[in-house]
Amino acid sequence: MSLPAYAGPGERAWYYGFRFICALIFLFLIFPIVVIVPLSFNALPYFTFTEAMLSLDPAGYSLRWYNALLGSEPWMSSIRNSLFIATSSSIIATFLGTLAALGLSRPQMPARGLITAILISPMIVPLIITAAALFAFYARFQLGNSFFAIIMSHVVLGAPFVVITVTAALSNFDQSLIRASQSLGADGVTTFRKVIVPLLLPGIIAGGLFAFITSLDEVVVVSFLSGPAQTPMTVRMFSGLREEISPTILALATILVALSILLLTVMELIRRRGEKMRGMSPG
Amino acid sequence: MTDTAMSGPASFADAGRVRDPSAAPLTTADGLPLKAALRRSQRRLRLQAVLLVLPLLLFIFVTFAIPIAMMMSRSVQNPEVSEFPPETAAVIDDWDGEGLPGEEVFAAMARDLATGQENNTVGRVTARINREIPGARGFMLGTAREAATLQPPYKEAMLAANKGWGNERYWRLLKRETRSITPAYYLLALDYEYDSNGAIVKRPANYQVYQPLFLRTAWMSLVITGLTILLGYPVAYLLASLPLRTSNLLMILVLLPFWTSLLVRTSAWIVLLQQQGVINDLLVFSGLLGDGSRLRMIYNQTGTIVAMTHVLLPFMILPLYSVMKTISPSYMRAARSLGASNFRAFVTVYLPMTIPGIAAGTLLVFILAVGYYITPALVGGDSGIFISNLIAENMRGTGAQVRLAAALSTLLLVGVLLFYWLFNKIVGVDRLKFG
Repeated sequence: MSLPAYAGPGERAWYYGFRFICALIFLFLIFPIVVIVPLSFNALPYFTFTEAMLSLDPAGYSLRWYNALLGSEPWMSSIRNSLFIATSSSIIATFLGTLAALGLSRPQMPARGLITAILISPMIVPLIITAAALFAFYARFQLGNSFFAIIMSHVVLGAPFVVITVTAALSNFDQSLIRASQSLGADGVTTFRKVIVPLLLPGIIAGGLFAFITSLDEVVVVSFLSGPAQTPMTVRMFSGLREEISPTILALATILVALSILLLTVMELIRRRGEKMRGMSPG
Repeated sequence: MTDTAMSGPASFADAGRVRDPSAAPLTTADGLPLKAALRRSQRRLRLQAVLLVLPLLLFIFVTFAIPIAMMMSRSVQNPEVSEFPPETAAVIDDWDGEGLPGEEVFAAMARDLATGQENNTVGRVTARINREIPGARGFMLGTAREAATLQPPYKEAMLAANKGWGNERYWRLLKRETRSITPAYYLLALDYEYDSNGAIVKRPANYQVYQPLFLRTAWMSLVITGLTILLGYPVAYLLASLPLRTSNLLMILVLLPFWTSLLVRTSAWIVLLQQQGVINDLLVFSGLLGDGSRLRMIYNQTGTIVAMTHVLLPFMILPLYSVMKTISPSYMRAARSLGASNFRAFVTVYLPMTIPGIAAGTLLVFILAVGYYITPALVGGDSGIFISNLIAENMRGTGAQVRLAAALSTLLLVGVLLFYWLFNKIVGVDRLKFG
């Protein structure tokens, strides 16, 4: 959409006006995320810019909230809890989700539409309903306030993402590559290991990362299922935001933004590698 | 199918001729009819596919579908009343509901009270009944204490012990609620109740909480969906029409919020919108606002709408973008060359082709919005909360009413599933993609 040389003044105005509007919308998307980064270095316990910060006075900035975060045992143990829950649940979700996607992509799969809809439904059902139902369910088996219940529920919430990404990777999959591999003398195991897995790996990793971040970010279900021993960082953050607002939360938020930038980069690299492997030029 | 060998040159020669019906059917090398062999191998492949899906399907069934079904069933159960007076329940159905019930019902109640007093089961039911008939707790507990000493005729004895037993409403309530299934919580969830005659009526205006909240949730979700279309459409169009290198770069601005924790984004909006926050400071600093007239942009509906529009915007942009990317620019050029103005070409050619994207984004954003809990809880104050927030309140805490929460959840879930079904029908869940 470049401006043609013969464009009249009206078209010119519309062209630049449209880009200006889009720039504002991009600003709306990104500004809230960017703004918390400098604020997390605030020397004073405020949620806004101080005069010292605006005049770029080094005294206006400090690492005190990062120290407060890293030096606080409750915060650190809740971060450990979160990482433990997210890692275990995303591994299980990736395994189950990948198997299911492999099955769903078979042309012989009966009732595919209905089953896909059921497998995706945990993403659609309001979290508070899931939370209320699982709270009562696990309490009945004396499993409330346990890592087991939390991890199981996060497998349910993360698996749909794996199913979606792996199914998408499979739909791009060129079946003739399998025949090519077989015609070159590879047996089933070799074909699976050397052809299918490398081609699907980007989708599987992407799904696993989605499941990981979904679990890491989840508040509602986990707040119903966790006791003091399992409290993850999101629950602490949530109650912190409701009660005593301290910039410690902004320090953690900044770390989480850095983490999502990291994951986004990993995803992009994986995507490019996948495209290269399928022989698709990026264009 | 590679393992189903054909039966050699004979069958190939066969294929060319008109088949003689009396000839033997085509067979595989091991003598099976070809049709059966094919059916068998198809069945095996189908079984393989099902076995691959089964673990996750079973897992979701057991740890997700069953718990939700159990919760939904709790919304109509009524064990508090139906299990307490078994003898009364057995005879009260024969009473016609006019005036006071006869001696046998009173006698059954006296026996029930005596057993209830012995087993300590009276308290639970009185609490439940007292919610509808204030004072019932008093006369039930009072008579229960002396139930063992009551002498027939029980009707007179109980009426003498406490006038409360003469309340016709009480008996009608019992007749209604001794069934094991009750619609009472659904009536409450929709702001209806039984009046003194047992007829279903709307609750008084100042007690109506849930119906307005359902409507508000739907209305605010619609506003948020509308805003995401308004903001998402131009951005998706720009991304789809720019060269891939530039659009990939700009796509990061959409994907970064998408990947960033919901709590982080919500706290960012608290930072921006609160009265001592960045935007108010900026407005005061630039002289547009006096220090005393800082805007209230958070802990109300504005806060919820702004923050949720931001959170859900990527869910609109991504499906729109994936549809727009497939639209060839030559359609627009053709319309222009045939004399349509830019605007007309857009409205009659481009816009209709993007409707699948709009439908997908709209349904997705709306479905996600109506169930939101975190963002309204943090930035919604009192006027900006959603139905989810009241479900959470009824699940826990001191005034918890779990069965009411279950009824509210069921109503919300039915609405969401309806839209999900629509989404599946129009768009198809298998078309969902991220990034």
